[in-house]
Amino acid sequence: MRLCIGGIVEPGTTLANKTGGWRSFKPEYHYERCTKCGLCELLCPESCVARGDEGYYEIDYDYCKGCGICAHECPTGTIEMVLEVK
Amino acid sequence: MNQRSPKTQPLFAPGHRGCAGCCNAMAVKFILRAIGSDCIVATPTGCTEVFSTPYPESAWNVPWIHSLFDNIAAVSSGIESALKALGREGETKVVTIAGDGATVDIGLQALSGAFERGHNITYICIDNEAYMNTGVQRSSGTPYAASTTTSPPGKRSIGNPLGKKNVPEIMVAHGSPYVATTSVAYPKDVMRKVKKAVETRGPTYVHIQAPCTTGWGFDTHLTVEIGKLAVKTGLWPLLEITNGEITGVHRIRKKLPVEEYLRRQRRYRHLFTTPEGEEVIRELQEIADRNAEHYELEL
Ligand SMILES: Cc1ncc(C[n+]2csc(CCOP(=O)(O)OP(=O)(O)O)c2C)c(N)n1
Ligand code: SF4
Ligand code: SF4
Ligand SMILES: [Mg+2]
Repeated sequence: MRLCIGGIVEPGTTLANKTGGWRSFKPEYHYERCTKCGLCELLCPESCVARGDEGYYEIDYDYCKGCGICAHECPTGTIEMVLEVK
Repeated sequence: MNQRSPKTQPLFAPGHRGCAGCCNAMAVKFILRAIGSDCIVATPTGCTEVFSTPYPESAWNVPWIHSLFDNIAAVSSGIESALKALGREGETKVVTIAGDGATVDIGLQALSGAFERGHNITYICIDNEAYMNTGVQRSSGTPYAASTTTSPPGKRSIGNPLGKKNVPEIMVAHGSPYVATTSVAYPKDVMRKVKKAVETRGPTYVHIQAPCTTGWGFDTHLTVEIGKLAVKTGLWPLLEITNGEITGVHRIRKKLPVEEYLRRQRRYRHLFTTPEGEEVIRELQEIADRNAEHYELEL
């Protein structure tokens, strides 16, 4: 393999590694309870939650590892962890 | 994929290999959100480095360099000095992000030197209270009685026999103009303190407690909950120390008994099965009570 001197790597390139396959439980939103507080977006260790068009938050399942933090910390119980079906 | 406003563009990209529910990944996210893209980050070996940068990939969307445990504060000092030599002092923020093993044990000498010389840098310790990346060995950041692979409980051991080294106080003793303790369970507190640290001239220090699902032994969804319990029991006080004076204390409405924190974690499980364990829990309660009294934690 040809290596760069000093091991230089390109920024943000872990995007190539889709970690969604790690998941055994999947977070699903029930938006009727959502107050758009953004706590799920703030806490997600994968930075895979982002604000969508209507101000509701959406998960990029390509990267979500299913840790369950968003669901557990959501103050209104908007997010439910369901068994992943593959 | 959903729209990302520039505000939420992740400076620490998805696809990293941190465990599900990883505290270090959360800490880095909050740190970079507070600082913004204009910074240079130096990180020694440890989980953060390993899971963020499996060659040839990198999760970092800011200039970032990896170096050794032993010299990471010296690397940051060098970057700051180089900027000065180029007449570009203060053009960007020089930040170290390091684990507890790197900070409180192996890199302490370089850290001390950097603070003695007074470089304009911010050193941030992500303290998950053991050497996690090599499989949970005890560091001097590991709290009293916690089980690690090098402090296993047994007939003649209650777990880690020694207490946690108070490195924030050591940095205060170096004359640092701003030292703070915080926790990944309080993201707004982390961001406010990191921002203050990078905006303060001179060598500043932020120590972030980070509950590690793998090393402490709790389910992945509990990272924030466990972190809050450490604070609410008084075992991990959230402080700000400006020019040697305590200028900020996160007050606790109702201090919880330490058992509430301990029994949720595998690393303290042995304390609940023996009479000696009961005694150790009392000692840990005394530590929490002393913290509460010393820092006036209770409202
Ligand atoms: C000088 C040196 N000693 C030991 C190691 C092996 N090592 C690699 S990662 C690691 C653990 C680091 O622990 P910490 O700094 O607490 O970071 P964490 O992984 O817990 O986030 C160790 C001991 C090393 N790379 N270099
Ligand atoms: S389950 Fe975990 S990884 Fe997935 S969106 Fe929620 S917080 Fe992020
Ligand atoms: S061992 Fe702990 S710190 Fe390391 S990646 Fe896993 S959760 Fe994060
Ligand atoms: Mg550690």
